[in-house]
Amino acid sequence: MTVQLSPAHVAGPQSSMPLPTPRGPVGEALLRLLTGAVTDPAALHDAVAATLAAPAGSWLEHDDVQVALTCMYELHYRGLDGVDDDWEWQPDVLAARAALERVVESELRERVTVAVPQETSAAAVAAALFALASSDDGPSMSRWIARRAQREHLAELLVHRSVYQLKEADPHTWAVPRLGGAPKVALVEIQSDEYGAGDPERQHAALFAQAMRGLGLDDTYGRYVDHVPAITLAHPNVMSMFGLHRRLRGAIAGHLAAFEMTSSVPNRLYGNGMRRVGLGADVTEYFDEHVEADAVHEQIAGRDLAGRLVEQDPTLGADVVWGAAACLALDGWWAGHVLGCWEADASSLRLALT
Amino acid sequence: MTGRDDERVRPVRITPCPDGPLLVRGPVEVVGADGVPVPARRRTVALCRCGGTAAPPWCDGTHKVNGFRTADPEPEVQAGRPGATVER
Repeated sequence: MTVQLSPAHVAGPQSSMPLPTPRGPVGEALLRLLTGAVTDPAALHDAVAATLAAPAGSWLEHDDVQVALTCMYELHYRGLDGVDDDWEWQPDVLAARAALERVVESELRERVTVAVPQETSAAAVAAALFALASSDDGPSMSRWIARRAQREHLAELLVHRSVYQLKEADPHTWAVPRLGGAPKVALVEIQSDEYGAGDPERQHAALFAQAMRGLGLDDTYGRYVDHVPAITLAHPNVMSMFGLHRRLRGAIAGHLAAFEMTSSVPNRLYGNGMRRVGLGADVTEYFDEHVEADAVHEQIAGRDLAGRLVEQDPTLGADVVWGAAACLALDGWWAGHVLGCWEADASSLRLALT
Repeated sequence: MTGRDDERVRPVRITPCPDGPLLVRGPVEVVGADGVPVPARRRTVALCRCGGTAAPPWCDGTHKVNGFRTADPEPEVQAGRPGATVER
């Protein structure tokens, strides 16, 4: 068998994330520490303590907290430009992250409540998750895109999504060694597809990068973190939190199930909206691929991953359903922000696209 | 043993998903009415059985919005070797 090496750009972004611009004292103190401008972590601890002592609305919409979390989590993925990889396990940074995670998780637990599933068979859990996903009454981004979006809206959509989609599937991969038996096999089956099933060009992150380039966007990993509001960063941050904590393995499994269950139909609508404004297959391929792929994945994720996990350990049932509901809620809050801006003829981004 | 070798000896497994597609795991070739193989881009595929898909023969999730319902329960089928077995 011949292995053909692909050009770097189709193999997916390899580079570390450009340093985001801090949006408050926590991010400023964090980046000063990570870049070596200071060596004493006291300023970071003080900034976190002061911020948490003065809650100002939702932590999911708190720009400073969400940017800081994005930087902290990125240490576990591709790293940050110019930041030593040793910071990944530095105790002061981990302690600051834990403090921020506590308020984020506690807010999510308070705002997202679902009934604990009574039946714990795989089939019953899958049915409960499908019912949850189909009863979601959040604002429909995909219908808006299909009917009304112009090119600039589509560019904004891809900018928002790029924060996660350029590392698509990675947060859920953290769960692999935390699972065993059928749920592990199901997760790997899904992830293999996400990662191109042996073909670097078919990685979903690579297809997304191709769509970005097709719309004239820069597909550099993390390029648009500064452009998006906190609520956009919050969802990938919550995924990282779910994925990086063994305690939350039920939530990350449920999250993936809900993500897949709300993907195939919306992605067809996204593709239709893009074709309507004359965009070609280079842009729509990512969305068309997800129509078929996620029609498979949602079945595997619902029954074999989430369902079998609850069958193995019924005590995880509550978190599986909660993780799924959190996925739907975060997507709904994000869509509410973006559609609210667009309905008002405004940009949904913090910075203009140049 | 590699995954590829493994596929040669394991039977194809077809799972009827409640109110959804047939999930097919294993090395199958799907051909159209004209005999031309339909390219599959993944190892596990979902075949539409609600009739509503816009991407036949593959499932595209349409069963979730067109009210498709299946009988309950249905057997899981293994095929591909003599004496194909039916589970459950």
